[in-house]
Amino acid sequence: MRIKKKGAIRILLLVSGSLMLIYGIFRNEVTYVFNKAVKICLECIGIG
Amino acid sequence: MGSITRSLSRLISSARTWIQASAVFLSNLFLLNLPEGRIYQGNLKKFCVPGLNCYSCPAASGACPVGALQAVSGSSKFTISFYVTGFLMMLGVLLGRFVCGFLCPFGWFQELLHKIPSRKFSTKKIKPLRHLKYAVLLIAVIILPAAVVNHTGLGDPYFCKYICPQGVLEGAIPLAAANSSIRAALGSLFTWKACVLAAVIISSVLFYRPFCKWLCPLGAFYALFNRISLLNMQVDKDTCISCRKCADVCGMDVDITKTSGHSECIRCGVCIKNCPVDAISFTCSSGIKKR
Repeated sequence: MRIKKKGAIRILLLVSGSLMLIYGIFRNEVTYVFNKAVKICLECIGIG
Repeated sequence: MGSITRSLSRLISSARTWIQASAVFLSNLFLLNLPEGRIYQGNLKKFCVPGLNCYSCPAASGACPVGALQAVSGSSKFTISFYVTGFLMMLGVLLGRFVCGFLCPFGWFQELLHKIPSRKFSTKKIKPLRHLKYAVLLIAVIILPAAVVNHTGLGDPYFCKYICPQGVLEGAIPLAAANSSIRAALGSLFTWKACVLAAVIISSVLFYRPFCKWLCPLGAFYALFNRISLLNMQVDKDTCISCRKCADVCGMDVDITKTSGHSECIRCGVCIKNCPVDAISFTCSSGIKKR
Protein backbone atom coordinates (compact mmCIF):
# COMPACT_ATOMS: atom_id res chain seq x y z
CA MET A 1 0.00 0.00 0.00
CA ARG A 2 2.86 2.36 0.88
CA ILE A 3 4.51 1.66 -2.45
CA LYS A 4 1.28 2.35 -4.31
CA LYS A 5 0.85 5.65 -2.48
CA LYS A 6 4.38 6.71 -3.43
CA GLY A 7 3.71 5.73 -7.02
CA ALA A 8 0.52 7.77 -7.06
CA ILE A 9 2.28 10.81 -5.62
CA ARG A 10 5.05 10.39 -8.16
CA ILE A 11 2.62 10.31 -11.06
CA LEU A 12 0.69 13.25 -9.67
CA LEU A 13 3.84 15.35 -9.33
CA LEU A 14 5.10 14.34 -12.77
CA VAL A 15 1.82 15.32 -14.36
CA SER A 16 1.70 18.55 -12.36
CA GLY A 17 5.26 19.37 -13.34
CA SER A 18 4.54 18.69 -16.98
CA LEU A 19 1.44 20.85 -16.91
CA MET A 20 3.30 23.64 -15.19
CA LEU A 21 6.08 23.42 -17.76
CA ILE A 22 3.60 23.58 -20.62
CA TYR A 23 1.67 26.42 -19.01
CA GLY A 24 4.89 28.34 -18.46
CA ILE A 25 5.80 27.94 -22.12
CA PHE A 26 2.28 28.97 -23.10
CA ARG A 27 2.51 32.23 -21.18
CA ASN A 28 5.86 33.01 -22.77
CA GLU A 29 8.11 32.63 -19.73
CA VAL A 30 10.76 31.12 -22.01
CA THR A 31 11.33 34.56 -23.51
CA TYR A 32 12.11 35.97 -20.07
CA VAL A 33 14.51 33.13 -19.30
CA PHE A 34 16.19 33.52 -22.67
CA ASN A 35 16.48 37.31 -22.45
CA LYS A 36 18.09 37.03 -19.04
CA ALA A 37 20.41 34.19 -19.99
CA VAL A 38 21.84 35.77 -23.16
CA LYS A 39 22.88 38.97 -21.42
CA ILE A 40 25.67 39.22 -18.88
CA CYS A 41 23.93 39.14 -15.52
CA LEU A 42 25.44 42.10 -13.71
CA GLU A 43 23.99 40.98 -10.37
CA CYS A 44 25.47 37.50 -10.78
CA ILE A 45 28.99 38.74 -11.46
CA GLY A 46 28.91 41.29 -8.67
CA ILE A 47 28.40 44.56 -10.48
CA GLY A 48 24.79 44.92 -9.34
CA MET B 1 17.84 -7.63 -5.73
CA GLY B 2 19.17 -8.73 -9.09
CA SER B 3 22.83 -9.11 -9.83
CA ILE B 4 22.32 -6.93 -12.92
CA THR B 5 21.02 -4.10 -10.73
CA ARG B 6 23.97 -4.49 -8.39
CA SER B 7 26.47 -4.57 -11.26
CA LEU B 8 24.90 -1.59 -12.96
CA SER B 9 24.88 0.38 -9.70
CA ARG B 10 28.56 -0.37 -9.15
CA LEU B 11 29.35 0.59 -12.72
CA ILE B 12 27.53 3.92 -12.42
CA SER B 13 29.20 4.63 -9.08
CA SER B 14 32.62 3.81 -10.50
CA ALA B 15 32.05 5.98 -13.57
CA ARG B 16 30.85 8.90 -11.49
CA THR B 17 33.85 11.14 -12.07
CA TRP B 18 33.50 10.72 -15.82
CA ILE B 19 29.77 11.43 -15.61
CA GLN B 20 30.42 14.54 -13.55
CA ALA B 21 33.09 15.75 -15.98
CA SER B 22 30.73 15.14 -18.88
CA ALA B 23 27.96 17.06 -17.15
CA VAL B 24 30.28 20.01 -16.56
CA PHE B 25 31.35 19.93 -20.20
CA LEU B 26 27.79 19.68 -21.51
CA SER B 27 26.74 22.55 -19.25
CA ASN B 28 29.64 24.60 -20.61
CA LEU B 29 30.06 23.70 -24.27
CA PHE B 30 31.29 27.05 -25.51
CA LEU B 31 34.77 27.05 -24.06
CA LEU B 32 36.10 29.17 -26.91
CA ASN B 33 34.15 32.12 -25.47
CA LEU B 34 36.33 32.13 -22.37
CA PRO B 35 39.34 34.01 -23.75
CA GLU B 36 37.07 36.37 -25.66
CA GLY B 37 35.00 37.44 -22.66
CA ARG B 38 31.64 37.02 -24.34
CA ILE B 39 28.74 34.72 -23.57
CA TYR B 40 26.81 32.30 -25.75
CA GLN B 41 23.57 33.85 -26.99
CA GLY B 42 22.00 31.00 -28.93
CA ASN B 43 18.75 29.11 -28.51
CA LEU B 44 20.08 26.58 -26.02
CA LYS B 45 19.81 29.35 -23.46
CA LYS B 46 16.03 28.91 -23.53
CA PHE B 47 16.56 25.68 -21.61
CA CYS B 48 17.78 25.18 -18.06
CA VAL B 49 20.64 22.91 -17.18
CA PRO B 50 19.92 20.63 -14.21
CA GLY B 51 22.71 21.81 -11.89
CA LEU B 52 24.03 25.11 -10.56
CA ASN B 53 25.81 26.67 -13.55
CA CYS B 54 25.85 30.43 -13.99
CA TYR B 55 24.43 31.58 -17.32
CA SER B 56 26.93 34.44 -17.30
CA CYS B 57 29.74 31.95 -17.63
CA PRO B 58 31.19 32.57 -21.12
CA ALA B 59 31.09 28.83 -21.77
CA ALA B 60 27.57 28.22 -20.40
CA SER B 61 25.32 26.30 -22.78
CA GLY B 62 22.03 26.82 -21.00
CA ALA B 63 20.26 28.82 -18.37
CA CYS B 64 20.88 28.41 -14.66
CA PRO B 65 17.63 27.09 -13.14
CA VAL B 66 17.99 29.17 -9.98
CA GLY B 67 18.77 32.31 -11.93
CA ALA B 68 15.94 31.61 -14.35
CA LEU B 69 13.47 31.15 -11.47
CA GLN B 70 14.40 34.55 -10.10
CA ALA B 71 14.47 36.20 -13.50
CA VAL B 72 10.86 35.26 -14.19
CA SER B 73 9.51 35.89 -10.70
CA GLY B 74 11.41 39.16 -10.52
CA SER B 75 9.92 40.40 -13.77
CA SER B 76 7.09 42.89 -13.77
CA LYS B 77 4.75 40.41 -15.44
CA PHE B 78 5.08 37.25 -13.35
CA THR B 79 5.29 36.31 -9.68
CA ILE B 80 6.19 32.67 -10.16
CA SER B 81 7.85 30.71 -12.93
CA PHE B 82 5.76 27.71 -13.93
CA TYR B 83 8.21 26.85 -16.70
CA VAL B 84 11.26 26.50 -14.49
CA THR B 85 9.38 25.12 -11.49
CA GLY B 86 7.70 22.49 -13.66
CA PHE B 87 11.06 21.52 -15.16
CA LEU B 88 12.67 21.21 -11.74
CA MET B 89 9.71 19.24 -10.39
CA MET B 90 9.99 16.74 -13.21
CA LEU B 91 13.71 16.34 -12.64
CA GLY B 92 13.15 16.04 -8.92
CA VAL B 93 10.50 13.35 -9.29
CA LEU B 94 12.62 11.38 -11.73
CA LEU B 95 16.08 11.76 -10.23
CA GLY B 96 15.85 13.44 -6.83
CA ARG B 97 19.27 14.62 -5.67
CA PHE B 98 21.03 12.36 -8.18
CA VAL B 99 21.45 15.68 -10.00
CA CYS B 100 23.52 16.94 -7.07
CA GLY B 101 25.63 13.81 -6.95
CA PHE B 102 26.31 13.39 -10.65
CA LEU B 103 25.30 16.41 -12.72
CA CYS B 104 26.07 19.58 -10.79
CA PRO B 105 29.24 21.47 -11.74
CA PHE B 106 29.50 23.29 -8.43
CA GLY B 107 29.04 20.06 -6.51
CA TRP B 108 31.93 18.52 -8.42
CA PHE B 109 34.03 21.65 -7.80
CA GLN B 110 33.55 21.23 -4.05
CA GLU B 111 34.45 17.56 -4.24
CA LEU B 112 37.66 18.32 -6.10
CA LEU B 113 38.57 20.88 -3.44
CA HIS B 114 37.88 18.32 -0.73
CA LYS B 115 40.52 16.06 -2.25
CA ILE B 116 43.19 18.64 -1.30
CA PRO B 117 45.13 17.06 1.56
CA SER B 118 44.26 18.69 4.85
CA ARG B 119 42.62 17.92 8.12
CA LYS B 120 38.98 17.06 7.49
CA PHE B 121 36.15 17.89 9.83
CA SER B 122 32.90 16.07 10.36
CA THR B 123 29.59 17.87 9.95
CA LYS B 124 27.59 15.31 11.92
CA LYS B 125 27.30 17.53 14.97
CA ILE B 126 26.07 20.56 13.00
CA LYS B 127 23.24 18.83 11.16
CA PRO B 128 20.68 21.56 12.02
CA LEU B 129 22.61 23.87 9.67
CA ARG B 130 21.15 21.85 6.78
CA HIS B 131 17.83 23.59 7.21
CA LEU B 132 19.42 26.87 6.20
CA LYS B 133 19.29 25.97 2.51
CA TYR B 134 15.51 25.71 2.65
CA ALA B 135 15.39 29.22 4.07
CA VAL B 136 17.66 30.38 1.24
CA LEU B 137 15.34 28.76 -1.29
CA LEU B 138 12.20 30.21 0.25
CA ILE B 139 13.44 33.69 1.03
CA ALA B 140 16.16 34.56 -1.48
CA VAL B 141 14.90 32.63 -4.49
CA ILE B 142 11.11 32.56 -4.19
CA ILE B 143 9.89 35.42 -2.01
CA LEU B 144 12.28 38.35 -2.33
CA PRO B 145 12.52 38.61 -6.15
CA ALA B 146 8.73 38.66 -6.39
CA ALA B 147 7.96 40.72 -3.30
CA VAL B 148 10.68 43.38 -3.18
CA VAL B 149 10.42 45.29 -6.42
CA ASN B 150 11.39 48.72 -7.66
CA HIS B 151 9.08 51.38 -9.10
CA THR B 152 8.95 49.57 -12.43
CA GLY B 153 7.94 46.29 -10.80
CA LEU B 154 11.29 44.56 -11.25
CA GLY B 155 12.84 42.52 -8.46
CA ASP B 156 16.49 41.64 -8.01
CA PRO B 157 17.69 38.04 -8.18
CA TYR B 158 18.63 38.06 -4.50
CA PHE B 159 20.32 34.68 -4.39
CA CYS B 160 22.37 35.40 -7.51
CA LYS B 161 23.20 38.90 -6.37
CA TYR B 162 24.17 38.33 -2.74
CA ILE B 163 24.91 34.65 -2.20
CA CYS B 164 25.74 32.56 -5.26
CA PRO B 165 29.47 31.83 -5.41
CA GLN B 166 29.14 30.17 -8.82
CA GLY B 167 28.44 33.56 -10.38
CA VAL B 168 31.86 34.76 -9.26
CA LEU B 169 33.67 31.55 -10.11
CA GLU B 170 32.18 31.00 -13.56
CA GLY B 171 31.01 34.50 -14.46
CA ALA B 172 32.91 37.32 -12.83
CA ILE B 173 36.39 35.82 -12.86
CA PRO B 174 36.56 34.72 -16.50
CA LEU B 175 34.71 37.79 -17.76
CA ALA B 176 36.86 40.18 -15.75
CA ALA B 177 39.98 38.39 -16.90
CA ALA B 178 39.07 38.90 -20.55
CA ASN B 179 37.22 42.22 -20.44
CA SER B 180 38.79 45.37 -18.98
CA SER B 181 35.45 47.24 -18.82
CA ILE B 182 33.96 44.57 -16.62
CA ARG B 183 37.10 44.51 -14.53
CA ALA B 184 36.84 48.27 -13.99
CA ALA B 185 33.18 48.04 -12.99
CA LEU B 186 33.67 45.53 -10.18
CA GLY B 187 33.03 47.04 -6.76
CA SER B 188 31.91 46.25 -3.25
CA LEU B 189 29.29 43.74 -4.32
CA PHE B 190 31.94 41.73 -6.13
CA THR B 191 34.17 41.95 -3.04
CA TRP B 192 31.36 40.53 -0.91
CA LYS B 193 30.61 37.74 -3.35
CA ALA B 194 34.30 36.94 -3.72
CA CYS B 195 34.45 36.57 0.05
CA VAL B 196 31.50 34.18 -0.10
CA LEU B 197 33.30 32.17 -2.79
CA ALA B 198 36.50 32.15 -0.75
CA ALA B 199 34.59 30.93 2.30
CA VAL B 200 33.00 28.14 0.27
CA ILE B 201 36.38 27.15 -1.19
CA ILE B 202 38.07 27.01 2.22
CA SER B 203 35.08 25.21 3.72
CA SER B 204 35.10 22.69 0.88
CA VAL B 205 38.67 21.75 1.66
CA LEU B 206 37.78 21.17 5.30
CA PHE B 207 34.22 19.82 5.02
CA TYR B 208 32.51 17.69 2.40
CA ARG B 209 30.27 19.73 0.09
CA PRO B 210 29.41 22.52 2.56
CA PHE B 211 27.50 24.60 0.01
CA CYS B 212 25.34 21.63 -0.97
CA LYS B 213 24.62 20.83 2.65
CA TRP B 214 23.94 24.32 3.99
CA LEU B 215 23.25 26.90 1.28
CA CYS B 216 22.24 25.50 -2.11
CA PRO B 217 18.61 26.31 -2.95
CA LEU B 218 18.68 23.91 -5.89
CA GLY B 219 19.73 21.07 -3.63
CA ALA B 220 16.99 22.10 -1.23
CA PHE B 221 14.43 21.89 -4.01
CA TYR B 222 15.54 18.48 -5.24
CA ALA B 223 15.72 17.24 -1.63
CA LEU B 224 11.96 17.72 -1.36
CA PHE B 225 11.52 14.94 -3.90
CA ASN B 226 14.19 12.52 -2.69
CA ARG B 227 11.78 10.32 -0.78
CA ILE B 228 9.45 9.74 -3.70
CA SER B 229 11.79 10.02 -6.68
CA LEU B 230 11.74 7.29 -9.28
CA LEU B 231 15.49 6.81 -9.01
CA ASN B 232 16.24 5.90 -5.45
CA MET B 233 18.58 3.92 -3.26
CA GLN B 234 17.74 0.38 -2.22
CA VAL B 235 19.12 -1.62 0.66
CA ASP B 236 18.66 -5.38 0.61
CA LYS B 237 17.75 -6.03 4.23
CA ASP B 238 18.40 -9.74 3.77
CA THR B 239 21.98 -9.17 2.61
CA CYS B 240 22.87 -6.22 4.85
CA ILE B 241 25.09 -7.22 7.78
CA SER B 242 24.71 -3.87 9.60
CA CYS B 243 28.43 -3.18 9.52
CA ARG B 244 27.67 0.58 9.09
CA LYS B 245 30.42 0.95 6.51
CA CYS B 246 27.95 2.89 4.34
CA ALA B 247 27.21 5.37 7.11
CA ASP B 248 30.91 5.78 7.89
CA VAL B 249 31.89 6.63 4.29
CA CYS B 250 28.89 8.83 3.54
CA GLY B 251 29.99 12.43 3.12
CA MET B 252 26.44 13.68 3.54
CA ASP B 253 26.10 12.03 7.00
CA VAL B 254 23.32 9.70 5.87
CA ASP B 255 22.75 6.18 7.15
CA ILE B 256 21.17 4.71 4.05
CA THR B 257 20.14 1.53 5.87
CA LYS B 258 17.77 3.56 8.03
CA THR B 259 16.30 5.88 5.36
CA SER B 260 16.85 4.94 1.75
CA GLY B 261 15.16 8.10 0.45
CA HIS B 262 16.89 10.48 2.86
CA SER B 263 16.62 14.12 1.78
CA GLU B 264 20.35 14.67 2.23
CA CYS B 265 21.39 11.69 0.10
CA ILE B 266 22.91 12.94 -3.15
CA ARG B 267 22.96 9.41 -4.63
CA CYS B 268 26.72 9.63 -5.13
CA GLY B 269 27.07 5.85 -4.84
CA VAL B 270 30.03 5.89 -2.43
CA CYS B 271 28.06 3.59 -0.13
CA ILE B 272 27.46 1.23 -3.05
CA LYS B 273 31.19 1.03 -3.79
CA ASN B 274 32.09 0.46 -0.16
CA CYS B 275 29.45 -2.04 0.90
CA PRO B 276 31.29 -5.34 1.57
CA VAL B 277 28.25 -7.46 0.72
CA ASP B 278 26.76 -5.48 -2.19
CA ALA B 279 23.56 -4.81 -0.28
CA ILE B 280 23.05 -1.31 -1.68
CA SER B 281 22.09 -0.37 -5.19
CA PHE B 282 20.27 2.21 -7.24
CA THR B 283 16.69 1.35 -8.01
CA CYS B 284 13.89 2.64 -10.13
CA SER B 285 11.25 1.60 -7.67
CA SER B 286 10.19 2.47 -4.16
CA GLY B 287 13.46 1.37 -2.56
CA ILE B 288 11.79 -0.98 -0.15
CA LYS B 289 12.81 -4.60 -0.50
CA LYS B 290 10.16 -6.75 1.04
CA ARG B 291 11.28 -9.68 3.09
